[in-house]
Amino acid sequence: MFTALHFAIIAPFIAAIFVPILYKLFSRIHTGWFVLTVPTILFLYFLQYLPITANKETVTAVFDWIPSLGIHFTAYIDGLGLLFALLITGIGILVVLYSIYYLSKERESLHTFYTFLLMFMGAMLGVVLSDNLIVLYMFWEITSLSSFLLISYWYEREKSIYGALKSMIITVMGGFSMLVGFVLLYTMTGTFSIQETIAASSDIVSHHLFLPAMLTILLGALTKSAQFPFHIWLPDAMEAPTPVSAYLHSATMVKAGIYLVARLSPVFAISGEWFWLIAGFGITTLFWGSFSAVRQTDLKGILAFSTVSQLGMILSMLGVGAAALHFDSLDLENNVFVGATTAALFHLINHATFKGSLFMMVGIVDHETGTRDIRKLGGLMTIMPITFTIAVIGSFSMAGLPPFNGFLSKEMFFTAMVEITKFQLFNVDTYGVMFPAIAWVASIFTFIYSMVLVFKTFNGKFKPEKLDVKPHEAPFGMLLSPIILVSLVIVFGFFPNILSYTVIEPAMASILPSLLQEGEQFYVDIYFWHDWTPALYMTIGVISVGLFLYLGMKKWVGIYRLFPDNVSFNTLYDQAIVKGERLSEKIISSHMTGFIKDYLLYIFSFITAALVFTLFHKGAFVVETQDLAPISIYEVILAVVLIASVLTVMFTKSRLKAIIGLGVVGYTIALFFVIFRAPDLALTQLIIETVSVALFLLCFYHLPQIAKSLETIRFQLGNFIISLAVGTTITLIGLTANSNRLFESISGFFIENSYNEAGGKNMVNVILVDFRGFDTMLEILVLGIAAFGIFTMIKLRLEGKEQL
Amino acid sequence: MEIIMSILAGVLFMGGTYLVLSKNMIRIIIGTSIISHGAHVLLLTMAGLKTGAPPLLGLDASTYTDPLPQALILTAIVISFGVTSFFLVLGYRTYKVTGTDNTERMRGTDSYD
Repeated sequence: MFTALHFAIIAPFIAAIFVPILYKLFSRIHTGWFVLTVPTILFLYFLQYLPITANKETVTAVFDWIPSLGIHFTAYIDGLGLLFALLITGIGILVVLYSIYYLSKERESLHTFYTFLLMFMGAMLGVVLSDNLIVLYMFWEITSLSSFLLISYWYEREKSIYGALKSMIITVMGGFSMLVGFVLLYTMTGTFSIQETIAASSDIVSHHLFLPAMLTILLGALTKSAQFPFHIWLPDAMEAPTPVSAYLHSATMVKAGIYLVARLSPVFAISGEWFWLIAGFGITTLFWGSFSAVRQTDLKGILAFSTVSQLGMILSMLGVGAAALHFDSLDLENNVFVGATTAALFHLINHATFKGSLFMMVGIVDHETGTRDIRKLGGLMTIMPITFTIAVIGSFSMAGLPPFNGFLSKEMFFTAMVEITKFQLFNVDTYGVMFPAIAWVASIFTFIYSMVLVFKTFNGKFKPEKLDVKPHEAPFGMLLSPIILVSLVIVFGFFPNILSYTVIEPAMASILPSLLQEGEQFYVDIYFWHDWTPALYMTIGVISVGLFLYLGMKKWVGIYRLFPDNVSFNTLYDQAIVKGERLSEKIISSHMTGFIKDYLLYIFSFITAALVFTLFHKGAFVVETQDLAPISIYEVILAVVLIASVLTVMFTKSRLKAIIGLGVVGYTIALFFVIFRAPDLALTQLIIETVSVALFLLCFYHLPQIAKSLETIRFQLGNFIISLAVGTTITLIGLTANSNRLFESISGFFIENSYNEAGGKNMVNVILVDFRGFDTMLEILVLGIAAFGIFTMIKLRLEGKEQL
Repeated sequence: MEIIMSILAGVLFMGGTYLVLSKNMIRIIIGTSIISHGAHVLLLTMAGLKTGAPPLLGLDASTYTDPLPQALILTAIVISFGVTSFFLVLGYRTYKVTGTDNTERMRGTDSYD
């Protein structure tokens, strides 16, 4: 049944259809104001599900799409889905609001922008609210597609096209791999439903396809979430307009991979490979992202690598959270690893708030100064005080400083990383110590780039000579969205527990369902002061070492020059693209020659091969010699004449002989028709053949002689072999068809009914004009079209270009 | 007889294919025409030959030849005539415009745009 929930998912798509119309109709009003209503209504709509999911209830609505293949458009809301749905629509409201001031209605083509944006919003909702893997995949690819369209929004810039293509190639490659994984899951469980797969998960753990399915699905998730080494697309995606970067490439789309990992945790998380892959990729990405962010000079570049790094952090926490499934006792309150999952979800929300505000802040700086290069910026503190405040709050939260929400989730992250070293399985007790170590080092770099972001832009010397425009504070409308976001940063910092049992705990129940007994719930309590824990010492260490390194940055920044430019994943990608293009061009030009003869050759060879193969593979070839018609001397003579004239036509060098030969072929066949009791055919053939030969002779008058030595012997021999094969195939088929009478002929019907039903005694004529009357009518149509074609070709002259 | 006719159909197809693969326009057109002859013979043969009187009820015979393939062939003959004449005029026009009847020389350029 198609419910309101389904409608909520596709509503953005429907709205997208109306955007161009509204843009044309109300060109004086910024189209964004109309678009703003869509996420607002949807956000309010999804809010009403909060009490339902908080009670651990779920909503499922099935709409049959392709039931024969097990593909249903199943909308499913639980804690995890709702958390994402609220994130998508909530950030969506703020981003659309911001974009109204960011994109000028005079200069930009707003209708395409908002069409793509709404398309993305709908697709993203579809990803997080679908229970069917195939439907999820479909929406997943639409997010890739709309991301591509939005990155290339300023398509006249070469870098935009480059970034768009890069993101498309990497994420779609991952998407395909994910589809393979889904199909592998289906072969194991026999269902595409995620919930049914989870229910069957204990049966498939030991299946030999379990690991391949996990790896292929993870490739999809890791590419989408820009995890190392697939992160290279995200920095280039920053060519998109800033609202898009804030929305797709930081708050929502890149979290689709995280969503998928969380969603499928109940299926895979029990295995050791899952733990190591998720936690390992996460922690590597966390380090590499933060380390690379420090060397960036473009503000958006810093934020891009910072997003990569933060996504890695969330992912590593999800991986560590999987350890909770192996906790010895069922004692939920002491299961320390559960805290990692809590931290992952909490940080997911926090990241959306502070990173969203930072992106908008960078957009404002870019908008007002005309540059995002930190070497040109500086001293904007007094000129743009509100933007500066936003930057400070956002960056300090990102760096993990109190009293902002980033501090809380960073502490929880450290706690999880410290606790995991005590884990006894999967060799973690041996190698686990690297988790807190890498986390700590990465956090130092996070601290450094957060400081760079604020103080290189707003502090230091004001350099107006390097700016094209005179900077001033942004209009209030543009500041509104980031102000709301940083307010949330502070609110979640002081009152984190407003999220605990409303949003986070229900989502945890979706990720770790097997830990909960009926009626139980996870213990989620986030608070500021939790004694002198190792995590607090780590934070203090991060701040002191980070401050020290930031102040002495000039002394050690040279280490980045140790990395040669030509050895990187970007070079690898570029090389792969260049080589791939060359290879495909080689393959194409090797068989797509542009000569019609070659294409016909492929067609004939393929038909012959396919037919002969099927004929013998099925064992259908038999020659029955019973019940054959007798042979008379006339027929033998006609057959000899026919063969002789065909050979004449084939090998003659004279056009006249060829045409006469063709005429002989036609008249011989007319005689055959007489012998085989087909008087109508014989008559028709005689008339048609006469007219054809006349036509050929007419054309012959206008066309040149067949040029001699045009075709080499080799060329002719090759053609002859192919044509011999085609002829033999046809003979085989004719013989086989004669020897296998699978059905009774339906001709009895015509013999009986020709006179009674149609009042005609000539059965062939009755069939043509009555039983198959439409056929004949369309045949006349075809002739009419041919006649029109001939007429125009003779009469029509291309203007001034030819002289006939 | 059916075996002989099958072979004849094969010969017609062979000749037609050979001509279609050549470079000369008029031979290609003759080739298509011969292929359609082959198809007609094949259709007629597959239904069985000389199984009764011609399909005219006025003959009052006890058995008749299958009328259905005959009807199909009749349609096909007319259509192939239409196609052949279209091809001929197309060839004529192509020669007038391009000045050649060699298909290799009518080939487009390599560029994709």
